[in-house]
Amino acid sequence: MTAAPGTDWRPALAPAVVRRHDPVRDADLLLLPERVGVLTGSAAAVVGLCDGTRGVDDIVDDLAERFPGAPVATDVPPFLERLRKEGWLR
Amino acid sequence: MTSATPSPARPWALLAELTHACPLHCGYCSNPLELTRRSRELTTEQWTDVMRQAGELGVVHTHLSGGEPLLRRDLERIVTAAEAAGIYTQLVTSGVGLDQARLDALASAGLRSVQLSVQHADPRASDRIGGHRSFAEKERAAQLVRAAGLPLGLNVVLHRENLDAVDDLIELGISWGADRIELANVQFYGWGLLNRAALLPTRAQIAGARDAVERWRDRLATGPELVWVVPDYFDGVAKPCMGGWGAVSLTVTPDGTVLPCPAAAALPDLDPPNIRDHPLHWIWDHSKAFTRYRGTDWMADPCRSCSRRDEDFGGCRCQAYALTGDAGRTDPACRLSPEHGVIRALADEGADATAPVRRRVPGRSEGAAARV
Repeated sequence: MTAAPGTDWRPALAPAVVRRHDPVRDADLLLLPERVGVLTGSAAAVVGLCDGTRGVDDIVDDLAERFPGAPVATDVPPFLERLRKEGWLR
Repeated sequence: MTSATPSPARPWALLAELTHACPLHCGYCSNPLELTRRSRELTTEQWTDVMRQAGELGVVHTHLSGGEPLLRRDLERIVTAAEAAGIYTQLVTSGVGLDQARLDALASAGLRSVQLSVQHADPRASDRIGGHRSFAEKERAAQLVRAAGLPLGLNVVLHRENLDAVDDLIELGISWGADRIELANVQFYGWGLLNRAALLPTRAQIAGARDAVERWRDRLATGPELVWVVPDYFDGVAKPCMGGWGAVSLTVTPDGTVLPCPAAAALPDLDPPNIRDHPLHWIWDHSKAFTRYRGTDWMADPCRSCSRRDEDFGGCRCQAYALTGDAGRTDPACRLSPEHGVIRALADEGADATAPVRRRVPGRSEGAAARV
């Protein structure tokens, strides 16, 4: 299988990013200086797989198994790309 | 935010003004005209408790600021307390006093990022504006922060004397390895208002600097993030001050006064609460100072019926007070304000190059206005 454009990387949290659960808002957060990202819906599950060892395809496969029927293959790669552009992932 | 969020919404950020003492004395200092003396500052234990309470309230970011926060010898312990409360820490510093040993100690305590002030890209001009020879120390501080692997932000307050150097300032930020460059047009409260005649730029300067930032944004695909804090005297649009009154963040001053914004101490009838007297959650939820201008119910026209009222929140209360004498009026920065003419006239007039800059007196921490 050939990797589609933009999927040949192994997403990991950018070095300065802190991920934490926020008990006050019952939300998963990503923190950078001056910025807060609130992980809503399945975003927390997606980001949870971004540990630098899995490629984008591995993440898609893993999620497809856990969420059968969800549009994982079409939605997850651009979502990861967006998080990379915004500086949360590298 | 989820539907489980209690009302009012919880604050995200805490500006912790640990001390008003500072080796620099910039003419636009954001500290109030009446500076808190060191003997009135909160103790280590009190700041530790502030951080614990802030974390429980929902604060996830704290900006450890001043004055110069490095003058607090217990800064490391305050960082530790914030970290223990789950709060992401950013040191906001002039860079003076940030040597390798201090940075190591702070990083070990859990410090996450550093924001460094620069007054100009030219060392002599930077030292002149800051009123203290400090540029070389800033450059060294930037190197140490980068070497430690911490994110580095540069903060530049823009005014008549440095707006023409925005290209140089961005180049400086790139060469120092900054991740973020905040170009913050000077705001006219406190010291800035006192020195407005000397600081006010011309419309042409603003336009030139804005164009420069746009050019750099086009060129910098991967470089530092450029943040342009709008010059509200010139745009005819009120800024969404603090993201709304008592909506997003709070400030604790050196003596424990808790404010919706760092400039709000200037409002005469605010009666701000103090952390020594009340728990932080009560202050946020119920104190008169925080509920006074929260939401939109307090507004009069033109704000009350304005479609932008939930976007700019009527602008800045401190500016409304400073220019109209009534903090409840529409911010005159807005072209819809009946008093907008005041601002337009000032912006058209520009600076008075002969106006003296009145500064905090170095070495003194109270009632320190003086001519230099």
